[in-house]
Amino acid sequence: MMIEKVLLRVIAKLLIPLILLFALYVQFHGDFGPGGGFQAGVIFAVAFILYALIFGVRVARKTISSAVSRTILALGVLLYGGTGIVTMLLGGEFLNYNVLAQTHYGGQHLGIFLVELGVGMTVTGAMITIFYTFSGHSSNELPFRKGDHS
Amino acid sequence: MAGTAYWLVKLRNLFAVVMLSGIYSLFAAVLYVVMDAVDVAFTEAAVGAGISTVLMLGTLAMTADEEKVHKKPSPFALVLVLVTGGVLVYGTFDMPRYGDINAPIHQHVANRYIEKSGHEVGPPNIVTSVLASYRGFDTLGETAVVFTAAIGVLVIIGRSKGSTMPGSINARRRREDEDANQAENEAAPKDEETPS
Repeated sequence: MMIEKVLLRVIAKLLIPLILLFALYVQFHGDFGPGGGFQAGVIFAVAFILYALIFGVRVARKTISSAVSRTILALGVLLYGGTGIVTMLLGGEFLNYNVLAQTHYGGQHLGIFLVELGVGMTVTGAMITIFYTFSGHSSNELPFRKGDHS
Repeated sequence: MAGTAYWLVKLRNLFAVVMLSGIYSLFAAVLYVVMDAVDVAFTEAAVGAGISTVLMLGTLAMTADEEKVHKKPSPFALVLVLVTGGVLVYGTFDMPRYGDINAPIHQHVANRYIEKSGHEVGPPNIVTSVLASYRGFDTLGETAVVFTAAIGVLVIIGRSKGSTMPGSINARRRREDEDANQAENEAAPKDEETPS
């Protein structure tokens, strides 16, 4: 079911791209400003949750299905752990990024980038998965029907 | 903040309680900003005020939105809470004053992070260096915790969505759900509980 509120839908459509963009900024600018994988993952997931709240969970599932969100969830942890394995294969300790590139700055940069990306993917996947699970349990409707007095 | 906490305990309507806990988180985030912990404030605002509220509302939709009234309050619970609270407050007496330069937290590894992380790791945000590089293994653990949380939710309440095979019981049940919803929508969209 879709909320029949034009204003909400228009504003949400305006906001969602900005939220996604901000999430990417937080993700990839975490080295220089506040933020990082956790925060970016949450913000990224919030964009989809907002979409699901306004347009209905069923429509949102067409954008990101449960299978995709679960895959993202698992891939994030794999990426993080895999980075550690790769550093081991390259002759360093587990998660010692220095060996990832020619210079140790480059290695650290690449390592942190990959690891933060892994965290972000996991958090995004987890949040969307949990939200879908909660909202899809009792019925396929929005979880807010009782609270929504409008 | 204290007022929010008071009403959190006092109110019986769980919908209001969820909203208040979101507000409480937002206050906490502001407090962290005041204490210069921008990264923590960021997380608190996003997770505490944002996601938790949505998830709690989802839980309310599944359960009930009124707290059950207990007829007689148990004195044992009161004693337990008072003792635990007392011990916690007693524990804070030994803590160094906020911003004390001789506090152990400023003497141990913090200096090394501040002085050498730019050279050893690179990023100007020391928090990122510590989280992702110095404490990379810890962060891997945290990521695993998030992963486990999602898996836990899936295992406990997520089974009705897993299978999409047309003949399975779950798919059939879901189809019935959808039919029921459609019928309900066509009849009259009103606020009523669907017992699950």
